[in-house]
Amino acid sequence: MVPVYYIIQPAEVSSNLGRFDGLRYGSARQSFGEEAKRRIMLGSYVLSSGYYDAYYEKAMKVRTKIIEDYTSAFNEVDGIISPVSPTPAFKIGENSNDPLKMYLEDVYTTSANIAGIPSLAVPSTFSSKNLPIGFQIMGPRFSEETLFEIGRKYHQEIDYKPKAAFNTKI
Amino acid sequence: MNKYTTIIGLEIHIEPNTKSKMFCSCSQNHFGAKPNSQTCPICLGLPGALPIANKEAINKTIKLGLAIGSKISEKSRFYRKHYFYPDLPKSFQTSQKEDPFCVGGELLGFKINHIHLEEDAGKLMHETVNGEKVSLVDFNRSGCALIEMVTEPVFHSVEDVLLFTKELQLIARYLDVSGADMEKGTMRLEANISLSREIPNNKFTTQSAALITNLPNYKVELKNINSFRFLEKALFAEIERQALALDNGEELIQETRGYDENTKKTFSQRVKADSHDYRYFPEADLAPISLEKLQITNITTEGHEVFQMPELPAQKRIRFEKEYKLSKDYINILVSDLNRSNYFEECIKLSNNLTIGPSAKQIADLMINKNLDKDYPEPAGLVKKIKEITSIEYADGETLEIAIKEVVSENPDIVESYKNGRGQVIGFLIGQTQKKLDGKGDPKLISAKLIQKLHAD
Repeated sequence: MVPVYYIIQPAEVSSNLGRFDGLRYGSARQSFGEEAKRRIMLGSYVLSSGYYDAYYEKAMKVRTKIIEDYTSAFNEVDGIISPVSPTPAFKIGENSNDPLKMYLEDVYTTSANIAGIPSLAVPSTFSSKNLPIGFQIMGPRFSEETLFEIGRKYHQEIDYKPKAAFNTKI
Repeated sequence: MNKYTTIIGLEIHIEPNTKSKMFCSCSQNHFGAKPNSQTCPICLGLPGALPIANKEAINKTIKLGLAIGSKISEKSRFYRKHYFYPDLPKSFQTSQKEDPFCVGGELLGFKINHIHLEEDAGKLMHETVNGEKVSLVDFNRSGCALIEMVTEPVFHSVEDVLLFTKELQLIARYLDVSGADMEKGTMRLEANISLSREIPNNKFTTQSAALITNLPNYKVELKNINSFRFLEKALFAEIERQALALDNGEELIQETRGYDENTKKTFSQRVKADSHDYRYFPEADLAPISLEKLQITNITTEGHEVFQMPELPAQKRIRFEKEYKLSKDYINILVSDLNRSNYFEECIKLSNNLTIGPSAKQIADLMINKNLDKDYPEPAGLVKKIKEITSIEYADGETLEIAIKEVVSENPDIVESYKNGRGQVIGFLIGQTQKKLDGKGDPKLISAKLIQKLHAD
């Protein structure tokens, strides 16, 4: 899932950000952050001739398979529950020098993007360090209403009380 | 000069005459509009703006494809073609690549590779503002619908290219796809030219492309051709340049060239080291388009439910020959202007309703040689005029003499004032004479005889 996502998404990024060349409006190109630049490079690479078939097209084929998988799963169930991220929240900038580790943080959330389906992240509880922990419910296309309904019922059931994370010293 | 086989392929851009642009509701017709007066977030490529495909533009593309016998793709889609240029605000052009709307086809025996639909770019203007040289961009043309036809490299003479492009222009007009006006830029040509040392044994036919087994390893792209006259000159100049270079043992390279009308020579604009990498990929902001979605179900060469194929120029030529027995030259002149050929047939219809109406040949004659259709916007006017010219019998000389004599004696005051130098009163006297003749007088003869009479007295 993650490899497919990190081919298709940067490809789109490299195309979508092309307009921010600073010629007509906005800042010059050097204003892009490290991650944006990384994705523009990656995306341009996977779309370039000679690499398109091996990367972008292959990723798109896998994507079709993933969409089919989800479609058949939703013939059986209304929603699929999974974690949102593999670890609790880390400090801002903590993993910035390790892009691969950062990309792997997306291991659970990329599915919905690839499959083109809605997913609702539901706060559930708090870690020992008082950091929020939640899960996500994925549903078929246009099932947003059902997902919100499930989330609402769940919060009612557990009598969920939100709290501001930074009120308590970590 | 040695003998070479000229090989030319064409890329022809046609701006369809739709109401709105390709992906937004701005006006498609930008000719003469104030710069940047016809733009919106979509055609300016602003972040977040999403395109909606123009169905009319798609239909016109398919219509053109059907007219030249293309295979219409069951399912087609748009692609992003990336390159950086100040007049391309999204940094990609929404165009087509795999499965364009129309694949293959043939016109006058010249093979077509495909026809696709895309959006146009803006226009760069290099000007001096307050003494400073600046480059400005007019985005009125940005996002306008643009049909591109790509031919196979099947042309072996400048004459063939002209024949083909003029016929295509005519078809676009007959189909009401576009005005296809080169001067207004609604039809634009690019020619890819190379020379081969291979000389086919057979005499050239229009299908002779197959006779050349290997295309040369270079081609020169001629750009910015904005009239047929220009096209002809530029092609001849480029063919001559290449032949001379090959004669001198020079290696020709892949490049883009323009034509300078002052020097009558082509000049290099851009040398392509290797072909540009446009990083094409499917445009995800536009759903694939199926014929089903366009409600096109029954495609035949005669058209289908959505658009009935009108009579095409080639068919009209055959019919005119059969029905009206006109000469080839007359037919070509009439058919090359849809309005004129319609006018001609209106005249025929009116003439057929008369007991002794003018013949097809007479009508064509007066239209082509005397341009009388320009003097009479209504076909009925022309028919009446022809009838007058051909069937009036003027009053004889004796009757005329008597009438003039009477008019002169009945109008002594007028005659007096004529003799006192008021020459313009002659008109009144001519009118009086004509009245006596029940309008059957020859106006020129009356005038001459009257003057003679007045001066004799």
